Amino acid sequence: MSRRPTRPVADPARHALWVRTTHWIGAAAFLALVVSGTGILLALPRLFWGETGANDAPAWIVLPLPVNLDQTGWGRNLHLLAAWVFVLNGAVYLAAATLGGHLYRRLLPDGDQLGPRHLFRDLRAHLRLGSVSDGAEANRYNALQKLAYCAVLLVLAPTMLLSGLTMSPGVTTAFPELFWLFGGRQSARTIHFLAATLLVLFLAVHLWQVLANRPLALMRGMTIGRTASRGTDTP
Amino acid sequence: MSNLSRRQLILGSSALGATGLLGGCEALPGGPRFDGLYAASDALTFAVQRFLLRHQRLVREFPPEAISAVFPTINTTDPDDAEYKRLKAGGFAEWRLPVSGLVARPQSFSLADLRAMPARTQVTLHSCEQGWSAIAGWTGVPLAHLLNTVGLQREARFIVIRSVDGWWDSYDLFDALHPQTILAYGMNGADLPVAHGAPLRLRVERQLGYKSLKYLTAIEAVARLDGLGHGRGGMISDLGLPWYAGI
Repeated sequence: MSRRPTRPVADPARHALWVRTTHWIGAAAFLALVVSGTGILLALPRLFWGETGANDAPAWIVLPLPVNLDQTGWGRNLHLLAAWVFVLNGAVYLAAATLGGHLYRRLLPDGDQLGPRHLFRDLRAHLRLGSVSDGAEANRYNALQKLAYCAVLLVLAPTMLLSGLTMSPGVTTAFPELFWLFGGRQSARTIHFLAATLLVLFLAVHLWQVLANRPLALMRGMTIGRTASRGTDTP
Repeated sequence: MSNLSRRQLILGSSALGATGLLGGCEALPGGPRFDGLYAASDALTFAVQRFLLRHQRLVREFPPEAISAVFPTINTTDPDDAEYKRLKAGGFAEWRLPVSGLVARPQSFSLADLRAMPARTQVTLHSCEQGWSAIAGWTGVPLAHLLNTVGLQREARFIVIRSVDGWWDSYDLFDALHPQTILAYGMNGADLPVAHGAPLRLRVERQLGYKSLKYLTAIEAVARLDGLGHGRGGMISDLGLPWYAGI
């Protein structure tokens, strides 16, 4: 085994209080963002590239959704409130995870996990709906799981934030570079939608993995921080 | 590890607590009341954007070739108002814009008066809260120039702008005096069309389109907004959309 020396983690399904708190605050904010974001989208369920786009302008994609202009007010209000909660909560989580070593120890894949044979084994186990975390692997997240968490935390969440800010006329006055980064306001809106779709897909797989593995133990681990009734708290 | 965790949690909760406090009071002295469930996030957005925009940068301007073929017109596109119809029939020759309130020299301006003032043309991106965006060129007189002409009194802090049908909104001097805040009488090189707010509309480029009022009828300088309407700074806020629309 070429694993770097780390303190053994007794059970990766047990979580410290700060992880559990930020997880559920983030989950609630994400749910509010998806619901309100859908409400906002209904005013113009069309996606464009570039700076401009409108009902009578040629669209890249016309989404099969009903047009509804009455969901914009509450949708925007809830979206921006939830966005502040999500971003502040996410900033606390990422700061704690980085400074405390959590990101490095538990979320970044170990060297041996990135080998083709290991990745193939993980992929096959996932596709057979079996449990990957058995035997010697039970004390760490599997490679695909780690890659998914890192993609969400380090790629998709920052993309959501920046593409969302690119739709703000105030923020882009201070940072016009955002238009350059995404290729225009409507491009940012389209990327915001595509990244949101990937996050919803992640959530679906995340929930499926909880249900397909040890749902009770995993829920105990992420709520009360224990996986067995006589277990001890996270070290 | 556990010490760090608790410290991070305390940091997180105090940040959330601070926004709650911010939302409980006025974000600006004498300014609009931020109330309801979203007071905290509205006030936080306002405070952060005011900090980010403190250098009063200009928004992007485009070359004329970038002007959109499609520029939607929404809400009122031809006011059903007897006085407006009369003025429109006369080519807006009798239209007047009274500027009153906390100003040294209150007076009314005709369209010809405004056209004789220094003009600014800007090709900018209009962002609607419904999600669409379009580029157009706007020609008009900077609001700052008009306010200089009438002379703002020392106590003036907000500019109230009224439109046909009793619609009104308000702006603090930070936005009212910005060089790209103009009273536009021209669009894309021609007279401002009726559907886009003729004879005069406002352009507030750093906020969403609903702050760029059409069909202007009056301008008033005030010290406080709490006595006007429901104290929320405008009718859009009474409908549940935020007074500050920089996001």
